[in-house]
Amino acid sequence: MVESVVERITRGHFWDFHGGIHPPEQKFLTSSKPIKQLSLPKQLIIPLQQHIGREGDLLVTIGDRVLKGQALTLSTNPMVVPIHAPTSGTISAIKMSVIAHPSGLSQLCIFLDVDGEDTWRKRELCHDIEQLTNHQIIEKIADAGIAGMGGAGFPTHIKVNRQPDINFLIINGAECEPYITADDLLMMEQSNAIVDGIKIIDKLLTPAFILIAIEDNKPKAIKALQQATASIEKIKVCVVPTKYPTGGEKQLIQILTGTEVTSGQLPIHAGIVMQNVATCFAINEAVRHDTPLIRRVVTVTGQALNKPQNVWALLGTPINFLLEQCSVQNIENENQPVIMGGPMMGFSVSSELVPIVKTSNCILVPSKVEMPSAFEKESKEVECIRCGQCSDVCPSQLLPQELQWSAKAKDHAQLKKLNLSDCIDCGACAYVCPSQIPLVHYYRIAKAEIREQQQLDLKAEKAKIRFEARKLRLEKEKIARQEKHKKAAAARKAAMNKATPEATGAKSAVAAALARVKAKKASKAQVDTPDAPADLSTEVVDDQKSQVSAAIARAKAKKQLKAEAATKLSNSSDDTNKAVDVDTVETKTTVTQQPTVDDKKAKIAAAVAKAKAKKLSKNAEVTDTDKVTDNTLADKTVAEKTVNIDDKKAKVAAAIAKAKSKALAKANAKAESLNEEKIAANNVSATVTSNVTPTDHSPSNSAQAIPEDIVVTENAENSDSKNQNESLAESTPTPAMDKKAKIAAAIAKAKAKKKLKEASSVENNDQDSV
Amino acid sequence: MNILLAILVLGSIAAIFGALLGFASVRFKVDADPIVEQLDALLPQTQCGQCGYPGCKPYAQAVADGEAINKCAPGGEDTIKKIADLMGVEVQPLDESHVKGDVAQSNRPKVAFVIEEDCIGCTKCIQACPVDAIIGAAKQMHTIIIDECTGCDLCVAPCPVDCIEMRELPETIHNWQWDLTSIPVKQLD
Ligand code: SF4
Ligand code: SF4
Ligand code: SF4
Ligand code: SF4
Repeated sequence: MVESVVERITRGHFWDFHGGIHPPEQKFLTSSKPIKQLSLPKQLIIPLQQHIGREGDLLVTIGDRVLKGQALTLSTNPMVVPIHAPTSGTISAIKMSVIAHPSGLSQLCIFLDVDGEDTWRKRELCHDIEQLTNHQIIEKIADAGIAGMGGAGFPTHIKVNRQPDINFLIINGAECEPYITADDLLMMEQSNAIVDGIKIIDKLLTPAFILIAIEDNKPKAIKALQQATASIEKIKVCVVPTKYPTGGEKQLIQILTGTEVTSGQLPIHAGIVMQNVATCFAINEAVRHDTPLIRRVVTVTGQALNKPQNVWALLGTPINFLLEQCSVQNIENENQPVIMGGPMMGFSVSSELVPIVKTSNCILVPSKVEMPSAFEKESKEVECIRCGQCSDVCPSQLLPQELQWSAKAKDHAQLKKLNLSDCIDCGACAYVCPSQIPLVHYYRIAKAEIREQQQLDLKAEKAKIRFEARKLRLEKEKIARQEKHKKAAAARKAAMNKATPEATGAKSAVAAALARVKAKKASKAQVDTPDAPADLSTEVVDDQKSQVSAAIARAKAKKQLKAEAATKLSNSSDDTNKAVDVDTVETKTTVTQQPTVDDKKAKIAAAVAKAKAKKLSKNAEVTDTDKVTDNTLADKTVAEKTVNIDDKKAKVAAAIAKAKSKALAKANAKAESLNEEKIAANNVSATVTSNVTPTDHSPSNSAQAIPEDIVVTENAENSDSKNQNESLAESTPTPAMDKKAKIAAAIAKAKAKKKLKEASSVENNDQDSV
Repeated sequence: MNILLAILVLGSIAAIFGALLGFASVRFKVDADPIVEQLDALLPQTQCGQCGYPGCKPYAQAVADGEAINKCAPGGEDTIKKIADLMGVEVQPLDESHVKGDVAQSNRPKVAFVIEEDCIGCTKCIQACPVDAIIGAAKQMHTIIIDECTGCDLCVAPCPVDCIEMRELPETIHNWQWDLTSIPVKQLD
């Protein structure tokens, strides 16, 4: 089949593709003038991303001096191509700037202040490519930052990487779009370099045949390439009839080989690779001369210019510099459109500072006579008259009018059915449409929407997976936690059975000792206030203790039988009597001890009571209220007594703590560190409370205010003792305290949640109320 | 006799065809996606819980069981229409009582953002996030993985220091929408 195709080609017979148009070419404006070398512009604006894919990683910073050809970004994956300094100079800024994109949006650009010396970095010229391995060549191409220069900007080094069974390498020199003559001139002037580039690709891909396709409106270019390839059997220069859009990849393949690349297929599937002539030139420069892609031929044209011509533009040259060089007539005119790309597929740019990038091949500045539609702000669109001309010219054999309706209706399913993705944005349909419908524009919108939708779908899919994974994880954690709770409960039961009153006493001593050590740091803060307002502070602490102890008592009460509880009480009263003596002597030590004990209690109470408190709260509340009112009304002796009761409570608490500690043996270290925080938190609470105490203890208040507090505490001890602090702290708003309390609250909440999922709802309520 | 024969013949024909049809229906059974999966695929997977269910899948299950189809605020009218199509019921307007905050009001997608200097590392937001899009550890600064955030708003409320806010994603050339009328013409100085 390959042979028959080649035979046909040598006879000068080609296939044809469906549709196509013959717009006025306007190539005469520039085709007869040589490519002009420009002086260096003052500043270059180099966008980091000039091709499909993502930008590379920056290698330079502001203030760096760079040499011509020096890499500015680093490629981190195959889809990323680096960019290079087009000339020597200093990086003056790296910031967002408007780029050549129809959206007029900005992208990160490197601003290079040109020093005018044009100093090259060190180059390694290569005179004999035979010495290089394919791998080395591909590396050179990749390092030179070459991306398809025909328009799409696909990284070239991926395209020329060796593939098996390539039948045809097609070199695209059709250049079918009106006005543009950049490739034409390049072929005329640099035919040998282009052929050298083609040879390099030949070495990499080893295709059966190489076809260079040139439209028959470029006789000089055809001649030049025929001469340059005369000695090479494998290369055939194919002169194809002029028609728009011959240069489209699929269209050109069909013309040359008769093979129709069907929807969704890539040319490579048919054993065909296509490269643009300018890309071949760039490959030659890169491999032989170690010159990265830093300049390109740009056609600056249009009847609004005095001197339209092709120029060698450094990448990053702002278009206003190019326009100056070609003497634009009235650039001041606000309405003067400047179009990047050709008249069929280009878009008008929003700023004169838009830089030339690797894919820009044309700057078109039309006069009003030439392109009246470009000057009109309002679209002259009218209803589609169903003339069918659009589908006659569509090279992709689509149904443009149908597409247009579906695009307006945002019917993505229908668009897919109509193969919108095969539309090459050629603009032939819009060109012929008598109703002046900007058809391509609607397709572009629709395509962007579809792309967006696909991204959203992908994201939704990902979110779904993550959500499911999380659910699974939570489920697992819950089971693990339940297991742990079961074990802990069993351990606690065993410990409970052992805990006789005597043992409790002994153990409480140990617990107290432990607690004392921990409290040492905390106590310093408290020592300030022990003597003068001793009564008050002890009372306050007692308040808290009584709340805490109430919770413990409740928890106890439920767990143990009433009879058992009774014996405990009698025991504790004994204890109280004994402790009175000790306490009256050691008031000071007790005071220092109180926060510690309190501390410990708060923690234990939190752990134990969280589970049980709520159920039992009603019963306990009554008794607690009584107790507390007693406390508050009581005089010094009563205060001392409660201190002793606290001691006894400490014992009870310690007993529970022991049971707990067994179960939580592993978590001990953690708990310890937590203790410290707690002490800090309690410091806050103690000081805060003492500040507020006077109001709390004013006789009218005491009866009501305190019970309220207790009720709150019962709901979720751990977090709430802190929440209380928070609310108190608010009444005496010291910033430091506030913050501490907040932090404490936050930590406690997190802790509580972890320990007891069931309590969380209650907690949240509390949090809300706070 | 003739009648009997006729009945017999017709009866046996009926039996044969019946058996044939029965066999075909078993043999060539089309495995349709379970309705819940189909519904779930239509929902936006924001997992925000505005519908009153703890995620999109549970809501899909509920709809399959007869729950109202108009409770998903992030999905909006589009999703309701699709669900109505699938379930063969009437399209209903969005149930406003299920719109929480302004999540559904802006058409630009939003993601959560942690004001990092204020974060106290309480981990509450992590527990709230339905898609594990927050990284951080206890007492460490937390941050949001923008690419994974569904913009569900659930982490904002639990933060004790109010350091999470919802921000619109900036417009870049990657997510820019072609717009016929509003190409901004910016003149640089
Ligand atoms: S723009 Fe698309 S629909 Fe219109 S003629 Fe070209 S390929 Fe066909
Ligand atoms: S050319 Fe224009 S008016 Fe004619 S069918 Fe196509 S869209 Fe309609
Ligand atoms: S409201 Fe939120 S959770 Fe419910 S279905 Fe919609 S996106 Fe999913
Ligand atoms: S909820 Fe707020 S403070 Fe807590 S970890 Fe998250 S961002 Fe930080």
